[in-house]
Amino acid sequence: MVPISYYLILSGILFACGVTGFLIKRNIITIFMSIELMLNGVNLSFVAFAAEWKALSGQVFVFFVMVVAAAEAAVGLAVIIAVYRTRETLNVDQVNLLKL
Amino acid sequence: MLHLILFLGFGAVCVAGAVNLLMQRHPINSALSLVVVMGSLAAEYLLLGAEFVAAVQVIVYAGAVMVLFVFVIMLLNAGEEEETKGSRVAVIFGIPGTLVGSLLIAWVLLEHSGTRSVAVGALPGPPKTIGWLLFHDYLLPFEVTSVLVLIAIMGAVVLAAPPESPRREN
Repeated sequence: MVPISYYLILSGILFACGVTGFLIKRNIITIFMSIELMLNGVNLSFVAFAAEWKALSGQVFVFFVMVVAAAEAAVGLAVIIAVYRTRETLNVDQVNLLKL
Repeated sequence: MLHLILFLGFGAVCVAGAVNLLMQRHPINSALSLVVVMGSLAAEYLLLGAEFVAAVQVIVYAGAVMVLFVFVIMLLNAGEEEETKGSRVAVIFGIPGTLVGSLLIAWVLLEHSGTRSVAVGALPGPPKTIGWLLFHDYLLPFEVTSVLVLIAIMGAVVLAAPPESPRREN
């Protein structure tokens, strides 16, 4: 028997790691991976609450989050490819102007 | 007891992978640690009795999304990231801020969420029941998501397509 709060703490730690990566990383691909980490942390809390309240709809929402994350990954990586093609860098500090 | 040991083991692997993602400087190492995080999260879902979510996690996240990431890293030949002034400022303010934030979350959860426990497989989530929910109660969101995925595919193709070259005249 594991208290539900342990699962929530694990999901909070994962979310915090994602936020930290988002702040300290300078490679645009790694920043994107940090966002995926945050989404995973939120998914874990969804499933934990679904188990606590015996409501299966929590798991359905996890499914929707995953689908939206997959779509986001496809579009985001296409944007990264477009950025790299015009700037020839992946460092976000050098991508600070809208103008080329 | 076994449940707690399994939870702590996979949770430790999960957190170690997440911290390793932050420590590594090369994106490919970060991507591989993210695969570790997602795999152990799938095990945590199994402990909670969510078999369907665990399977989808492995197939969609650890499979499809991470292949896409590794593919893009290889395609762009991404190397080690270089330190900049902005990244040092972010490290100085970001890490203590996140530590304080996560400690606050942990304290609030431990104080206020009670000590209700879940047994292994307390909530059986068979794919049949999930499918029933998905195609009856949540039919409209499901259809809207399919339209979203279609738009995302077209957007990705348009964005990643090479810029139009002037057509050669014959």
